[in-house]
Amino acid sequence: MKPAVFDYHSPADLEEALRLLDEFGYDAKIMSGGQSLIPMMNMRLARPQVIIDINNISELSYIQVTDSVIKIGGLTRHYQVEESKEIERVCPLLTEGMKLIGHSQIRSRGTIGGSIVHADPTAELPVMMTLLGAEFTLASPDGKRTVTTDEFFLTYLTTTIDMNEILVSIDIPIPSTRTGYAIDEFTLRKGDFAIVLAAASVTLSEDGTIASASLCLGGVDGVPVLLEEVTEGMIGQVPSTELIAESCEQIADLVEPEPDIHASSEYRKDLCITYAKRVLERAAERAALL
Amino acid sequence: MTIGSSVKRIEDPRLITGQGQYVGDIKLPGQCEAVIVRSPHAHANILQINTEKAKNLPGVCFVMTGEDLPTDLDPIPMRLAPNEALTKALQYPLAKGKVRYVGEPVALVIASSRYIAEDAADLIDIAYEPLTPITDVHKSILPETSLLHPEIGSNDLFIIHSKKGNVDELVEKCPYVLEEDLYVQRHSGIPMETRGLLATIEENGRLTVYGPTKVVHFNIQILAKLLKKNIKDIHFIETDVGGGFGPRGEFYPEDYLIPYAALKLGRPVKWIEDRLEHMKATNHSREQKHHVVVGFDETGKIHALKDEIFVDTGAYIRTHGVTVPVLTQGMFAGPYDFEALEFITHVVATNKTPTGTYRGPGRFEGTFVRERVIDMVAKKLNMDPTIVRERNLIQPEQMPYSNGISALGQVVEYDSGDYPQILERARLAMKWEEFADKKLQARRDGKIIGLGFAMFVEKSGLGPWEFCEVEFAENGRLICKTGLADIGQGVETALAQICAEQLGIPYSNVTVLHGDTDEIEKGNGSFATRGTVVGGSAAWYAAEALKQKLLSFSSELHGFTKDELDIKDEWIIQVSGGQKICPLAQIIVECQKQGIELREKYTFSIDHMSYPYGIHAAEVAVDSETGKVKIEKYYIAYDVGRAINPMLVHGQLVGGMAQGLGGAIYEELKYDETGQLITGSFMDYLLPSSMEVPEIDIEILENSPSPLNPLGVKGAGEGGTVAVAPAVANAIVNALDQYPIHITSLPIRPEQIRDAIKKGIVTNEVEPL
Amino acid sequence: MTQSNSKEITLTVNGKQYTTSVEPRMLLSDVLRDELGLTGTHVGCEHGICGACTITMDGRPVRSCLVFGVQANQAEIRTVEGLAEPDGSLHPLQEAFWEKHGLQCGFCTPGVLMSACHFLEQNPNPSREEIREGISGNLCRCTGYQNIVDAVEMAAEMLNKNKKSEEETSDLEIVHSGRKVEV
Repeated sequence: MKPAVFDYHSPADLEEALRLLDEFGYDAKIMSGGQSLIPMMNMRLARPQVIIDINNISELSYIQVTDSVIKIGGLTRHYQVEESKEIERVCPLLTEGMKLIGHSQIRSRGTIGGSIVHADPTAELPVMMTLLGAEFTLASPDGKRTVTTDEFFLTYLTTTIDMNEILVSIDIPIPSTRTGYAIDEFTLRKGDFAIVLAAASVTLSEDGTIASASLCLGGVDGVPVLLEEVTEGMIGQVPSTELIAESCEQIADLVEPEPDIHASSEYRKDLCITYAKRVLERAAERAALL
Repeated sequence: MTIGSSVKRIEDPRLITGQGQYVGDIKLPGQCEAVIVRSPHAHANILQINTEKAKNLPGVCFVMTGEDLPTDLDPIPMRLAPNEALTKALQYPLAKGKVRYVGEPVALVIASSRYIAEDAADLIDIAYEPLTPITDVHKSILPETSLLHPEIGSNDLFIIHSKKGNVDELVEKCPYVLEEDLYVQRHSGIPMETRGLLATIEENGRLTVYGPTKVVHFNIQILAKLLKKNIKDIHFIETDVGGGFGPRGEFYPEDYLIPYAALKLGRPVKWIEDRLEHMKATNHSREQKHHVVVGFDETGKIHALKDEIFVDTGAYIRTHGVTVPVLTQGMFAGPYDFEALEFITHVVATNKTPTGTYRGPGRFEGTFVRERVIDMVAKKLNMDPTIVRERNLIQPEQMPYSNGISALGQVVEYDSGDYPQILERARLAMKWEEFADKKLQARRDGKIIGLGFAMFVEKSGLGPWEFCEVEFAENGRLICKTGLADIGQGVETALAQICAEQLGIPYSNVTVLHGDTDEIEKGNGSFATRGTVVGGSAAWYAAEALKQKLLSFSSELHGFTKDELDIKDEWIIQVSGGQKICPLAQIIVECQKQGIELREKYTFSIDHMSYPYGIHAAEVAVDSETGKVKIEKYYIAYDVGRAINPMLVHGQLVGGMAQGLGGAIYEELKYDETGQLITGSFMDYLLPSSMEVPEIDIEILENSPSPLNPLGVKGAGEGGTVAVAPAVANAIVNALDQYPIHITSLPIRPEQIRDAIKKGIVTNEVEPL
Repeated sequence: MTQSNSKEITLTVNGKQYTTSVEPRMLLSDVLRDELGLTGTHVGCEHGICGACTITMDGRPVRSCLVFGVQANQAEIRTVEGLAEPDGSLHPLQEAFWEKHGLQCGFCTPGVLMSACHFLEQNPNPSREEIREGISGNLCRCTGYQNIVDAVEMAAEMLNKNKKSEEETSDLEIVHSGRKVEV
């Protein structure tokens, strides 16, 4: 389990990284945290000819919180988001969700951009980003473009990112004040990739009715799935266990998860309903406390 | 008193500071590294192997395939339970013309580093002709299925049949009969350190091998025989070992290939198995299908039990021969007195990794089946399962008790034990009498909880003998040389305590040597929970002989009779009154001055095994919406006769439980229908982490010392593992007694539990006569 | 393919600076073990699950099998060999692991110690459940974790006590957290 030979470049700034990426094209692979790529290289399932290591590009590592948006640099590490008091204040979902990612060793090294670009549909970050309506800024030698999660995630481990692009920044809108969040997942062991993962947000109006709500599931399809059908009927109503349970029943008709050795399709579906209910209830409870 | 106290381990200071020396830590000048090219097919003919490109890669020093093996090479023989009929199914170090499982060694590549060796392995071009893979025992033995070892004439390689009384007749007479199919999945020991070897040729031409463990003195004989070398020309050195559990330390293809390559190359060759290799190359274990028939009456008394067992032994017979099937049968009856028993065990070949022992071999499987069946009988009669157990237990006055079935060449004869007492203890500890109320209350609170029990009898102290040599070195330290191996279980500390007890010295003044074939003249090694029982007894007697020598010398020197003297706290004392006569150190120096050799050897022989016994109990809470099980309380009571170091016994039990829990809920070496191992990495093969293993209450009992050895000890290594699956399963079934749940296979999956809950409450499952 | 694309790196391990030339593909775990001879860091799976190879890099626990040696250029690394004091006094964690029988075969131990060390820095007064969470990235096949949790709990107490007595005695006296390795 030793990686095959590769050429190694460790550019000091984004410009150089983009130049190298342009030069080597499909032979090159960006190395960010490496927590998914290096295992694949150790197993020789991935054999990039060229590694462009962006770990020294300090300009890509930052957290900025303004009144309306959280900006996170692509190279920012999981633990930095997990431990950021600012983020916990404005978007506690991220704090809660980061703790579900692997174990502390993984979070020391893994990066936000890396996880998003890896696009594992059972991973926490793609689901959270989708729920939160994040936008990703991709840089290439030709400039920058910004894409939504819907445009970005295409299917399993596949995104719209071009061969010569790097995810440099993530923008997460900060929602109105009375929004409660929750994320939870079903794993056989703590820290494993989830069998089913659910995240929800519920925003309450002054009168205690639901102003808006959203629900995103992971592990049910090739990309995180935003289930507007489930939440749109809840708007204008007072949150209750019954309302949430009733709304979530339709999930069985909305998702068709693939079976694997750990869970059948039926069971995953069943777990989706359970976890959807759990996160929606929790999010509503939390919103009520704000 | 040293024996019986929980002293700290003498092994630890090195290990906690990073100074341990595992085989991978050793680096010799000029060493090169090996990689094994393994079959990607479960079943295929090898048409052609092209190694040219690999050989030409800079840094590569050696490439060989099955065709390069010496033509007169024998396959790897059986170490335990050898059987002539099975010699036709043994494995050669490299595949010859045909591969029979994914992971079978096909070629050996050696290069200046592991990195380059892997590069070269990628360049070896092998043409295979795939054959139909056989992945199921029942399909394997169908007449139309092709034979994996044609010389044997059947894929049902071996059938073991043993019986006591007439089961069929008795079953006929029983008012109740239960017939069930149960399955235990393939899983294994999976130590944290993978296997590894480092072989080198000394200046005098001798072959030195670092890395053998467990059965070092046995394996050196196998290697000498396979290499056709004099055993004196080989030197095995055991290093620190990162866990044994059964699979580690057996003689595998690499144990031949690496020394062979070192001899060919004349330079040190190192091989460290990587984790992906380990999952498919190192022995698997446990996979068995049971078809059980039991006859019982309305009181819960079981009169007769018949079990037809299909053991998926994998593609070849390895060193354990038929140990696991034989132990499954021999130990199946556990703590119960059944009038009639019959076992028919089929050892069936399939295109999967070959198998061997794993902690509690045969007992993990048998205990699951038996203890589930007991609960099924209870359920059928609507009885308390602990009462059904009670009504069938062997009574203390029946000891020694023979269950009439043999295992490892001897009829199973339990030496001592009070089984009803240990059951009662567990009931009290778990508050079983009050549990029905607790459960009802929980149900009112919307919680589903359950409590389950599983009893077991273990075996330990397999002979035939073990060796120990003790000697006072010039610096006054006691050197204890044992034939045992240290696979991480604390053998050094336990033996040091035993020697220290005899000789009245601190255990920290004892240095224990093991696993070095130049230093230790003979040994049988560490397996079958025999270390403390057999090796400990050898140490006890060797140290006693040395003590007698010291006392006799002291008596002459100081004018006492030998019987008047003893050694205590490093002093020669007078027994009556405890008066100090002379420091022990002085006597040692005096002996050395006079040329009296302070060295004694002892070989302890034993014909019969000793049988520790115990009970597991689990209280679980079930998440009704997901089926996930949380163990709220776990209890083990285990009678080990006598605990040399209770802390180490406790550690063995808790650690053993974690492995048992893995087998109960998490771990499975699962194959698809093409014979591919689909749980071949730590991503899919789920070892329990600190978040899954619960806190465990342990009661170590010393009520039934073994009469078979001077220490009264029985082994402690496997009792933590064997009864976890049925205890947890019975607890889940108890929790879900309103639902249609029927656990007959492992691992227990939350999905199955959730399914039962979704089906809804069934009011009364008790069937009429 | 061979040494042609090797890079020179300088890194500090346990306070000592090393400069060595490594192939980019060489894993940090292999650099530590093979190039620097620090074999206390063990390799158990090489795909980032078992945690045996855990070290701290710039103060954070990382799996050294999931970092390339070249990426540790200029990094500050601590391994199990750097836990005890230079005079051999054990770190409270080491002492507690010994006292509480927190290891059997010892193979996973260095990684567990490094994870626990960082964990206690972050959370000096953990509950047992938090300890379990804190070491959940390290698999152990021998102990069943219970004694490891006991040991981390004990080490937390020792560290807190040391901290307290250090505060009390100000800087006049050096309080050693452990004692010499003696059996």
